Amino acid sequence: MNKISVIIKREYVTRVRKKSFIIMTILAPVLMAAIIIVPTLLMMNQGGEFKKIAVIEDNSDLFKGVIKNTKDAEFVYLENTKVEDLKKTFEKSGYYGILYISPELVNTPNAVYIISSKQPPIGLLQYIENSLKKEIERQKLLAYKIENLDDIMKNVETNISVQTKKLDESGVEKGTSTGIAMALAYLLGFLMYMLVFIFGAQVMRGVIEEKTSRVVEVIISSVKPIQLMMGKIIGIALVGLTQFLIWIFLTVGIVGVLKTIILPKSGIPEISQSMPQNLMSGNQQVAGTTQAAEMSPQLAEFSKMFDSAMNQPWGLIIICFIFYFITGYLLYASVFAAIGSAVDNETETQQFMLPVTIPIILGLMVAMGTMQNPESSLSFWCSMIPLTSPIVMMARIPFGVPYWQIAISMVLMLITFGAFVWMAAKVYRTGILMYGKKTSWKEMWKWLMYSG
Amino acid sequence: MALFEAKNVTKQYGNQLALDNVSISVPEQCIYGLLGPNGAGKTTLIRIINQITGPDTGELFLNGKKLMPEDVQFIGYLPEERGLYKKMKVGEQALYFAQLKGLSKAEAMKRLKYWFKKLDIIDWWGKKVEELSKGMQQKVQFVTTVLHEPKLLIFDEPFTGFDPLNTKIVKNEILFLRERGATIIFSTHNMESVEELCDNITLIDKAKTILEGSVNEIRSKWAANEYDLVFEGDVKIEGNGHYNILKQQKDNNKSIFRLKTTSDINTNDILQTAIKSGNIISFNPALPSMNEIFIRVVEARN
Repeated sequence: MNKISVIIKREYVTRVRKKSFIIMTILAPVLMAAIIIVPTLLMMNQGGEFKKIAVIEDNSDLFKGVIKNTKDAEFVYLENTKVEDLKKTFEKSGYYGILYISPELVNTPNAVYIISSKQPPIGLLQYIENSLKKEIERQKLLAYKIENLDDIMKNVETNISVQTKKLDESGVEKGTSTGIAMALAYLLGFLMYMLVFIFGAQVMRGVIEEKTSRVVEVIISSVKPIQLMMGKIIGIALVGLTQFLIWIFLTVGIVGVLKTIILPKSGIPEISQSMPQNLMSGNQQVAGTTQAAEMSPQLAEFSKMFDSAMNQPWGLIIICFIFYFITGYLLYASVFAAIGSAVDNETETQQFMLPVTIPIILGLMVAMGTMQNPESSLSFWCSMIPLTSPIVMMARIPFGVPYWQIAISMVLMLITFGAFVWMAAKVYRTGILMYGKKTSWKEMWKWLMYSG
Repeated sequence: MALFEAKNVTKQYGNQLALDNVSISVPEQCIYGLLGPNGAGKTTLIRIINQITGPDTGELFLNGKKLMPEDVQFIGYLPEERGLYKKMKVGEQALYFAQLKGLSKAEAMKRLKYWFKKLDIIDWWGKKVEELSKGMQQKVQFVTTVLHEPKLLIFDEPFTGFDPLNTKIVKNEILFLRERGATIIFSTHNMESVEELCDNITLIDKAKTILEGSVNEIRSKWAANEYDLVFEGDVKIEGNGHYNILKQQKDNNKSIFRLKTTSDINTNDILQTAIKSGNIISFNPALPSMNEIFIRVVEARN
């Protein structure tokens, strides 16, 4: 046992001291934080450039003044102007685009178009569509000759933002967001895939290095092959866990710091409180005064996401992640170790890599599918089968998985992982001392069958 | 008493017979040469002694007791292909191997300093292995092999890659270790070093033992009644009924003759006739070199 710890220590220390490890460990959380922060920033500064848009109708003024100016766009209604004429002078006119509305619009939904030298942003188009739609609806309603229609309309006007809440086992509602669950599922599935692959491959490279440099002969004359193999696998696993934990702390730290810098003082908690009030009172008057309230829609959206992220079952996620990382990694790493032991150099690994890579890639693909449809039977089975379960189960957990399923998946994982380590150790023991012979699957099978 | 014994060891890899009923017996404080052409099975035998692989049949004994996995601490092994982590620093690496052999860190450190100073490689302590020359790496590996003061040392081709000066240093260290009580098995193709160092040898060819015994006995046995006779100045002698002249040469104002006796003649009788021809400087039995014996034995089998 003492000798294993010496081996673990060497494997760990030599890797952790490497420059590439230190760089990756620091850089990844910065990138991760950027992924979280940058969309928020973009959300807050949307639009950017101010747009002037010419509105032209054909021989009517049905839609005059219908489209109100916004803080990003000004709509200039041009009477007695032809689209063709304006097009000719468009370059010099300073307009962002020309909105042409045909009188047919009332009956023909697509009798309107916008001409621009650029692709108009989706938000602008939606705004125009909504304004026109409302106006047409109003005019159609007018045809019914209802009294006080304008007052009724004002009274009826409502804004809706669907809040998703999930009922957990204790009956407490929690705010969730499908977007966050998807992002988290993607992140966890992908992270698992990366870690298993990166560190599994490191084990393989380590074994090949020892074999080609013949270090293995010196070590095997001091310790048992299984000790060397497990020492290497565990040492590298600890490297992975170290990196993972540092990533978590740094990411949380960086996001926390940036959040307080970027968001105004009245930040998250107040806004999230004001949200239900807004809904209840049916308009946005409540939050009309403070500066924060002006950004309220975007900020509220962000705070909603943030709440949702906080409401994920983090304890379960971290426990499962560590479990699946350790077992999934041990399973694949032992197979990688066996492959490394069977070859003389890295190029020879190709033929053995494919069958190992397929379940991992399959797991990743199913994990992607899981984000679209977390309840599919394919996701279910792949989260049970031990070769794919580490990746797929991690992708399922943010959407909620019954505990019994997690339990079965974990038990299956433990059994399979034990069997794989045992087989890999047998192949490894023979393989590391074989030189100069090209190994085939048949040969490896024979090593597996060697007794004693 | 034999420190190490292998009895009737047989090992088969697939269809290939690597060792066929091979036995060796290594007396205590002896330097034991393991000779044989490439692919004869020497490395397999060495691996079996190191318990890297197990024999199919046969038994191994250390100090009269059956060899056990724990006995690795009494054995030091220098493999033919040097095995060091290229990216690791020399000192750390030596410390690592010492700890794997069961030495405590403090003790390993103390002994490493001693050996590194002795072999004049202390300046390389903080360097990475890949920065070292081949000979330097070998010195490092040599130290890691002997550090835990094993009773039994196994050197597989210990001199390849060394310049003559370092070869001499390592030879002296091997003799010094023997002096201090170690028993040494070493495998080599360098027959000069066999004559110089080995007490006993075993010659393996195609998985079988074909020659075994003390170096001196083997050489005398193969001497086959040949003598070297050296005269001062330019001298001529001719063969007679008792001996033939195999070859003669002149060198540095000396005349050298190789005689082969053809009958049961006393060496004094040879000298008595020879003394009349000139001034004798030396008269020696012409021992064949281990090199000649090796070639003759192995060729005879093919």
